[in-house]
Amino acid sequence: MGKIRTPYLLLLPGFGFLFVFFILPILNLAQTSTQTPVGGGDTGQYEQTFRFQNYIDAFVENKEQFGRSFVYALIATLLALAISYPLAYAIAFKSGKYKNFFLVLVVAPFFTSFLLRTVAWKQILGEEGFVVPTLRSVGIISESTTLTSTAFAVVMGMTYNFLPFMTLPLFASIDRIDPRTLEASGDLYANGFTTFRKVTLPLSMPGVVAGTLLTFIPAAGDYVNAAILGSPNTKMIGNVIESRYFKIVDYPTAAALSFTLMAAILILVTVYIRKAGTEELV
Amino acid sequence: MSKKIADATIPTIPLAAQFQRWFGRNLIRVYMVLAFTYLFIPVAYTFAFSFNDSGKSNLIWKGFTLDNWKNPCGAPEVCNALANSIKIGLLATIFSTILGTMIAFAIGRHKFKGRSTSNLLIFLPMATPEIVLGASLLSLFLVFKINPGFWPTVIAHVMFCISFVVVTVKARIASLDPRLEQAAMDLYANEFQTFRRVTLPLVAPGIAGAALLAFSLSFDDFIITNFNSGTVITFPKFVYTAAARGIPAQANVIGSGMFFLALAIVIAGQFINRRKAR
Repeated sequence: MGKIRTPYLLLLPGFGFLFVFFILPILNLAQTSTQTPVGGGDTGQYEQTFRFQNYIDAFVENKEQFGRSFVYALIATLLALAISYPLAYAIAFKSGKYKNFFLVLVVAPFFTSFLLRTVAWKQILGEEGFVVPTLRSVGIISESTTLTSTAFAVVMGMTYNFLPFMTLPLFASIDRIDPRTLEASGDLYANGFTTFRKVTLPLSMPGVVAGTLLTFIPAAGDYVNAAILGSPNTKMIGNVIESRYFKIVDYPTAAALSFTLMAAILILVTVYIRKAGTEELV
Repeated sequence: MSKKIADATIPTIPLAAQFQRWFGRNLIRVYMVLAFTYLFIPVAYTFAFSFNDSGKSNLIWKGFTLDNWKNPCGAPEVCNALANSIKIGLLATIFSTILGTMIAFAIGRHKFKGRSTSNLLIFLPMATPEIVLGASLLSLFLVFKINPGFWPTVIAHVMFCISFVVVTVKARIASLDPRLEQAAMDLYANEFQTFRRVTLPLVAPGIAGAALLAFSLSFDDFIITNFNSGTVITFPKFVYTAAARGIPAQANVIGSGMFFLALAIVIAGQFINRRKAR
């Protein structure tokens, strides 16, 4: 008898916790999103009126920031993939007995606080940093061009900050490839590029899917990079939600925006996983 | 093209072609050097500026000093924030590791109705952007008239760490050789003895890894913390609010210190693993 009950007993405390502090808040968020201000009430007082128009208002008002979030996150994800793939490949196949050492090196920078690293980028790319004067003296950028407070800085910051989320899953799946499959491909007269396209890449797809998701999801909801490295012109949806909550105390709009963001990401993720054909992510 | 000319005209290989050949052979090494340089630039910057004799605003290099390292609490706000982050991190690690490990054993070791739903429930918090997790939890606390602060932050951290613990421990459980447990049973160990003497020691490195991951996720979290911590200042929150006017160099000391400490833990862990493997 006990045997049937064991898994449920093991699950109970953890899932109970997740139910109260993850599921309930999401449901509550859905409820908040259709509220309207109490007539004549204080700021921050809302009543339930099931006003679904909130969603449309919130979206129309902030469609620019929505678009920006997804475009920035997409570019950052693609850049991270382009940087990480050769790196993960090199660590898996070309580093011999130093494999673990290089893996530690990939993760090590992320032991310094995320915020400190972002602030460091701001100062490195800023007017007092060494990058801007160097680029100016070489003539790559003009005297009036700055690097901070630009979309470039925000996307670069996101690419940097989420890089290990891309590199580690990529490494895990590339490392699992049997090098003999690559040799076999070469024996069958495939050149390097064909081997990569027909053997390495398909076998590493689970890593590509996991890595792109783990990078895209936090990047789309991020507001720290945009707040530190960007300007009012690079505001993302995260910045809007944050200011709706704390500065304007407009909970319904913040909730509607959060819910739209979550729904959009979940739909994208589902479609993407279906297309990529890897169901086993967890 | 250039190679053809080189072969035809001069018997010795010209410098450019030599370089090209070297570059071709070492392309991957060159790439790795570049990639790791990119990864380490902000770390090196943070470390270098921890020695800056800068006073309050650590923006411009003003001269070398060891004072910041000798007295990391010279800026008291930094140390308060650090203490809060460590307290929250430890509590979140303990609770999320216990809850997550139990779930991992249930999913990894048992077949039961609702297993795929359980997997989904673990996946969902990881697929939800942090800002949504933070904002939704705050609205729940507001409904129940709970003020954001220390414990709400701990709860929030436990919530988002559980999934990562489950995934890490489950991976370790999945990699176990089931024959080891069968062997224990064959030697008349009962279920509890098998679990305590065979399964648990084998899964322990996974649990330790999960705990380290949970701590670093909690310690480094800003977005969810910012929503639920109220007036409690954690280390990332301190850096964020101080960023506009320049952070004190002591924050760089703590950031660099964390870097070396974590590096030491990882290297020690690898060393222990290697000795065990022998």
